[in-house]
Amino acid sequence: MYDIESLYEATSVADACRALAEDPQAMVIAGGTDVLVKVRSGKFAGAHLVSIHGLHDELDGVELAPDGTVEIGPITWFHHVTTSPVARERVLTLAEACDTPGGPQLRVSGTIGGNVCNAATSADTASTLVAYGALLDLQSVRGTRTVPITEWYTGPGRCVRERDEVLVKIRIPRENYEGFTGHYFKYGKRRALEIATMGCCCLVKLADDRRTIDDIRLAFGVAAPTPIRTRGAEDAVRGMDVAEAAEKVGELALAECHPRDSWRASKEFREQLIREMSRRSLLEAARKGGAEV
Amino acid sequence: MEQLREVGKPEKRVDAFDKVTGRAMFTDDLCPKPCLEARVLHATIGNGRVVSIDTSEARKVPGVVGVFTCFDTPDWAYPVAGHPWYADSKAAKRDLADRKLLDSRVRMYGDNIAAVVAEDTVACDRALRKIKVEYEEWPVVYDPVESLKGTEHPVQDIKPDNLVAHTCALTSPEKLAEHGYETVDDALNDPAYHHIAIHTETGEQSQVHIETCVSYCYMEGKKIVCVASTQIPHIMRRVIGQALGIPWGDVRVIKPYIGGGFGTKQDIHFEPLNAWLCQQVGGRCVRLELSREELFWDTSGRQPKSFDVEASYGDDMLLHARSIRGISNTGAYIHHGHALVLNSVNTFRWLYHTNEVASRSEAWTVLTNGPHTGAMRAYGVPEGVWTAECLMGDIAYDNGWDGLEFRLKNCIREGFVDEFTPGGAVAAHTCTLPECAAKGAEWIRWDQKKREYANETGPIRHGVGVAFFVYKTAVAPFALETATARVTLNQDGSVQLQMGATEIGQGADTVFTQMAAEAIGIDFADVHIVSFQDTDVTPYDAGAYASRQTYVSGTAVKKAGEELRAKILAFAQRLFPEAPAPLDLRDHMIFDATGAEVTTLANVALEAFYNTEENDALSAYATANIHTNTIATGCTFADVTVDMPLGQVTVNRIISVQDNGRLINPKLVEQQVHGGMGQSIGFALSEEVLVDPKTSRVLNDTLLDYKVPTFMDVPDLKADFVESDDPTGPYGNKAVGETPIISPAPAIRDAILDATGVKFYHMPMTPQRLVEGFKREGLI
Amino acid sequence: MRILKCTINGKPVQVGYDPRESLLDTLRNRLHLTSVKRGCEVGECGACTVLIDGVATDSCLYLTDWAQGTTILTCEGLQAADGSLNPVQQAFVDDFAVQCGFCIPGIIMSAVEIVGTGKTYTRDELRKMLSGHLCRCTGYQNIVGAVEDVVEEINGTGACSEEARAAFAAVAQKARLVAEE
Repeated sequence: MYDIESLYEATSVADACRALAEDPQAMVIAGGTDVLVKVRSGKFAGAHLVSIHGLHDELDGVELAPDGTVEIGPITWFHHVTTSPVARERVLTLAEACDTPGGPQLRVSGTIGGNVCNAATSADTASTLVAYGALLDLQSVRGTRTVPITEWYTGPGRCVRERDEVLVKIRIPRENYEGFTGHYFKYGKRRALEIATMGCCCLVKLADDRRTIDDIRLAFGVAAPTPIRTRGAEDAVRGMDVAEAAEKVGELALAECHPRDSWRASKEFREQLIREMSRRSLLEAARKGGAEV
Repeated sequence: MEQLREVGKPEKRVDAFDKVTGRAMFTDDLCPKPCLEARVLHATIGNGRVVSIDTSEARKVPGVVGVFTCFDTPDWAYPVAGHPWYADSKAAKRDLADRKLLDSRVRMYGDNIAAVVAEDTVACDRALRKIKVEYEEWPVVYDPVESLKGTEHPVQDIKPDNLVAHTCALTSPEKLAEHGYETVDDALNDPAYHHIAIHTETGEQSQVHIETCVSYCYMEGKKIVCVASTQIPHIMRRVIGQALGIPWGDVRVIKPYIGGGFGTKQDIHFEPLNAWLCQQVGGRCVRLELSREELFWDTSGRQPKSFDVEASYGDDMLLHARSIRGISNTGAYIHHGHALVLNSVNTFRWLYHTNEVASRSEAWTVLTNGPHTGAMRAYGVPEGVWTAECLMGDIAYDNGWDGLEFRLKNCIREGFVDEFTPGGAVAAHTCTLPECAAKGAEWIRWDQKKREYANETGPIRHGVGVAFFVYKTAVAPFALETATARVTLNQDGSVQLQMGATEIGQGADTVFTQMAAEAIGIDFADVHIVSFQDTDVTPYDAGAYASRQTYVSGTAVKKAGEELRAKILAFAQRLFPEAPAPLDLRDHMIFDATGAEVTTLANVALEAFYNTEENDALSAYATANIHTNTIATGCTFADVTVDMPLGQVTVNRIISVQDNGRLINPKLVEQQVHGGMGQSIGFALSEEVLVDPKTSRVLNDTLLDYKVPTFMDVPDLKADFVESDDPTGPYGNKAVGETPIISPAPAIRDAILDATGVKFYHMPMTPQRLVEGFKREGLI
Repeated sequence: MRILKCTINGKPVQVGYDPRESLLDTLRNRLHLTSVKRGCEVGECGACTVLIDGVATDSCLYLTDWAQGTTILTCEGLQAADGSLNPVQQAFVDDFAVQCGFCIPGIIMSAVEIVGTGKTYTRDELRKMLSGHLCRCTGYQNIVGAVEDVVEEINGTGACSEEARAAFAAVAQKARLVAEE
């Protein structure tokens, strides 16, 4: 039994916003896989919960907007992002990243919005959403606002979302995915039920020769206190031949990363992973784009 | 081997139906709810003492029934290891008393200092957070070598120098003299031989049974009833009696189905505290379930150990002498004491002692402020064999020898008798290890793969490896071995079988059923085993540990079964005095000496119950007091892929081939081997309790951070056997349950060595350790 | 206290619950469906897996409050009316997939979900689909074998008795399992 002081099932997003505004201690719960774990551990003991678990009409599902933007409802299960035809056709790398957290049961409770709001650097969708340049729509009684994901994270487990704000949409504009192929590389110490020791997402757009890197996005989780994009490395390898880029990208990316030393993994080990995973992710992304490497 | 009738058949498990329907009752499934809940307050320092505890705010939490501290509980200590007790005549053999229900002396981070009983777990937790504790804090020592230098406040007052025990078994001066040596070191350093020295380390593995440790207690009259998830119900009764200071007969322990133990539940953990709390609340039912987190540091994992090893060997591939010195970190409590590391150094010796002229097996068990430790599957042996196999692998690699040939030249052989065991009881009465190795080598395609993988370059490489193992069966002659079985004839000619020995998932009930059917002369389906143990009803048995049950308790089953068979036949003869003797029982019929049918077994049974003149309820109750021992052996072969830049090892194919004597039920033994292989793969590559040496706090006390292999981490597992008919086992059988967790890990180590040429000595070989090793060797 | 109205193992259920309860708590403590096991309480072991509207879910991280109107299936709901085992259960018995048995009811529920897709899978695919469960006794070997066998039996091209298919179909209907197209 959870130490929950109050539990309110919101009937709509507007109702959730109202409930969050009325109770200064209230917090949002969606899938429950983060919040309930923290209630149990004592961190959120006595929580006042406003549940958006049942708001499927407003917050669930992956859709394609007329302008080609991929719009993801925040309470969409990881598994439903993975299996969504829209996601698979447009943002396949995100669909694949959503197939990596925990195990199958977690992926039908955990939500992509929760993964974003939890703001952990190890979140499996974080580096991919950063690479795709996702836009995050927030709503509260005070109004709505949109935050680019690059401005979302403020520190380990922290983000710009205010307590009374509900994430209502995750949007990926067409220009951020069109022509890109990608690879999300989750490094764990085992193959399931795992938290990423390092996460790396590389999106590549190849030139017509299928050899030259026309454009690239390279993002990491756990390489720094927050998910990051290594723009310097991207700039340096843009225009390079894939093979050459693969040779150089590791060291380039490493220069922009700040992995920490912890009991989970040493700084040196994480640096080794950054080097190797950058290289392999770039190669894999390019292969998917038709490069023969 | 002679074919037996019921023993040796792949019978389906007697508990499978109940378990797949979800109707098998585990402890918490039986608990009458709602009941009172108890939770424990754990110290937040790693060493020191509790000066005072303020519970006033905690008592005000709604739903709280009672708050009890280390200043309220009885101030005496009791032993908790799952070992037999001894009468005053052998008092020196008793385990040391080192536990109190709650203790103001904080010896490790998380030590138990108070407890709350409340209407529900939320109220418990809210109250726990409101208890204020004042500590006096002392420096934490986690390194056993540091601890041995002495600490201002000994971890346990009964061991002022923090040393639980030190032992050393040396080849006798007479034997040394035969070879012209005065000391073992002379043999190790003889310039006519090559010399090698290595240092190995093994981490703390956690059992991670999926059922937590849980009990509920209530009182019936003045009697305390404790229903608990335990491997050792009879020992639990004794320990609860000792802890509470009440007659042991006033305690009743009931053991339902249990969701895995692997040694954790061979200790008594919180059941005495639960029983005491139950007393304090007037005998109302109190449930105490440990959280998953508590299991990692407040029950007993495998002791972390380190070993210094030396050897000398000749160009003829024969070992000349070996020495092992092991240090075991038992943590803050003694529990199983020195027996664990003794197993490490003894099995190190037994496995490859065949040609040696000298050996040293020395061991220290040391108290520190680390988490307390105890029994885990194979009880110290995996660590010793890991070390023995690191040594063998290195020697073979350094000399360019075939690792399999080298091992076969030096390994244990049939007829081996341990010179240091009293009476020579520990012996390999049978040993098919060479045949096991041949089978394994063929399956893994040893020669072919060795050639195939020999000249690989690049970041991803492949290798094959091998490791052997030995394991003794049960604990005689070092400790008492006794077991009792009761068989009772039912009216329909079927039989009730009651065991003090416990089913913990290993399949004991099924093999006891087969053995009873064999001994009595009836069918498997005619034996009804009572799976639950209830100390008010169940015959005495020490419980499930030491791979002892099929060997020791099985002997009791055989004895009781044969006795019942004799009674049935004698009773039938009384009913039919004219039938030519001796009578025989088979196929549910009684036959006379000529082979003619006399009557049915069912008829004899009905007469036994209801005959007005010759009425005799037929049953047998037999105790087996075992003084023999026997060594089981076997080996593992592994084929791996090593991705060096990522520090990732993939086990592609793996086989264990074992000599467990005669297999009572081949499918069940295979199950045991699969499970042991899975756990050993985990120990090899990922499983380790991480302790912050500054505070002694366990860092990774969740299933997310403690890396048990998942469905995706374990490859297909192959188990095979070369049976032998052990003369000391009741049906030729030897140890099974623990044996399979020993050799897979060192076989993987050997395969990594084959793939990369890098020698790893620290188990588990985590990705980070692997990357560090490959970097050190300039491979990445 | 609130009232939960839902369908469990084919029967409509109304039961009072404390909104602080997980579905695991309610199933075990109020409805005595004790096949649903508590192993970790944080979604890392899978022992508490049940089917909610046909989806294998960790009931420890699922508030009972969310179960209003759902259709739930636990291991208790698998046996046929005549007492015969569901083909999934039977495969676990026949293939020696059971040891201590604590994780088994949860794994069986995931296996029911897998069979319910109507498809066949490779062993590696099955391992991934089962990877939300930890088992410490079996090394997973015979569990993978049992699930592989029953998936092949019901969904594969091999011979399958009408009884077995009917038994599974009955459960699939009870659980609102929908075969994938």
